[in-house]
Amino acid sequence: MPDRETHLIRVVNRDQSFKCAEDQVLLVAMERMSTDAISVGCRGGGCGVCKIRILQGDYECKRMSKAHISEEEMQQGFVLACRVFPRTDLDIESDHYQAPESSYQIEAARMVAG
Amino acid sequence: MRKGVMRPGHIQIRVLDVEEALKHYRDLLGLIEVERDSQGRAYLKGWTEVDKFSVVLREADAPGLDFVGYKVLDNQTLEKLHGELVEYGCNVEEIPAGELNGCGRRIRFDSPTGHMFEIFAEKEQTGKWGLSPVNPEAWPRGLTGMKATRFDHCLLYGPNIAGTLDLFQKVLGFELAEQVLDPEGTRIAQFLTVGMKAHDVAFIECPDPGKLHHVSFFLDTWEDVLRAADLISMEDVSLDIGPTRHGLTHGKTIYFFDPSGNRSEVFCGGDYHYPDHEPVTWKAEDLGKAIFYHDRVLNDRFLTVLT
Repeated sequence: MPDRETHLIRVVNRDQSFKCAEDQVLLVAMERMSTDAISVGCRGGGCGVCKIRILQGDYECKRMSKAHISEEEMQQGFVLACRVFPRTDLDIESDHYQAPESSYQIEAARMVAG
Repeated sequence: MRKGVMRPGHIQIRVLDVEEALKHYRDLLGLIEVERDSQGRAYLKGWTEVDKFSVVLREADAPGLDFVGYKVLDNQTLEKLHGELVEYGCNVEEIPAGELNGCGRRIRFDSPTGHMFEIFAEKEQTGKWGLSPVNPEAWPRGLTGMKATRFDHCLLYGPNIAGTLDLFQKVLGFELAEQVLDPEGTRIAQFLTVGMKAHDVAFIECPDPGKLHHVSFFLDTWEDVLRAADLISMEDVSLDIGPTRHGLTHGKTIYFFDPSGNRSEVFCGGDYHYPDHEPVTWKAEDLGKAIFYHDRVLNDRFLTVLT
C-alpha cells in the first residue's frame, strides 16, 4: 500500500493513534494494529458500539443505523468507525456509545459471579 | 398446553443494503434465494424447508427485527387465536393474504418485550429445494457456503420477559424448555418451544425493547460448524465468538455478523423437549458457563451488542 493512500488516525481522548488505508474502515485498521482505542461491536454499522466523533479531517462513510447516528449527529461529525474510510489524516474522539442502562441480567451476573 | 401453533414460519430482518445482505444470507449461509417482491424485499429459505420462504430481508435505515411468524394448524386455529390475542390485550393487526408473496392472511401482534410476532395458517409449499418428494436423495447438488438447512430460532432482548412468557404460554401454547434464574428466583433468560426442539424462540431481559440478538440456522454436524468457521475466516466476515458449545441447550455453535450488524448463528445438536419435561435451569451465577460451556466466562460483546 503506497504511503499516500494511508492516513494517520489520532484518537485524541485515548492518546493513541493508528494508520488506516483509504480502502479500509477505521475500526478494522485499528483492530489490525492491535490497539483498543475504539470499542468493537458488530462491525456492520448496526449496533452503535464503535460510535466516534470526527473532529478534523475528510472521510467517506457507508450507510449507518439511524437508530445510532441521526442526520443531525452526522452533521456534527458523529459516525460509526466500522463504516468510515479516511481521505486525509483524522483527529477523532472515541467512546461516544452510550449503552442502555445496564441490563439487569449483566449486572446480576457480575454481582454474583464477582 | 399446545394451542395449535406448529412451528417457526418466517422472520423479516431489516438490513442496510439488500445486495450486501444477500452475499451473507445466500452466498455465505447458503440459503436459497427465492424471489424479490414489488417492495424490493428478498425472500430466502434453507434447502430442507418445505415452505416457499422463511427469511425476508427488507432494506431500511436501521437494522434489526421486523417480525417473526409462526405457522398454526389451520384457519380455524388462526381465528381462535386471533380472538384470544385480542382478548389478552395485545395490539392486533390483520395483514391481508399476499402481502408477503405466497403467504396467506397473517395476524400480527405486539408483546411486552417490544417485539412484533405473527401467526398464519397458509403458505405456499414448494418442497425441499432440489429434491424430489418421492425417493428423495440425501442432499441436493449446487448448495453454496455453509449450506444452512433451515431457519431454526431467534434470540430476542427486551424488558418484561415474564410478560412475554405469559403471552406465549397462555395464548400460543409455547412451553418453557430452559431458563436462567438469579438467586432470588427471577428469570433472566427463557427458551420456549412448540415442539421437540430446545428452543423455537428465546428471550433475555434487557431494558431496550424490541432488540434482536441473533437469527439462527441449523447445520447437521459439528464438522459443518467447523467448516462454517473456516468460511468466516476465508471471507473475512465479522466474527463474534466460536466455534464452541452452549451450556444452555448444549448446542454446538458459532456466531458472526451480517453486513448490517445483525448477528447470525449456525449450530448443530442440542437438547430436546417433551411436554412433560420440567424446564432445565441454569443459575445466573454460572451464566458464563451457561452461555459458553468451554470458556465459562461472560463476554461483553455477546451480551450487549444488539440490533
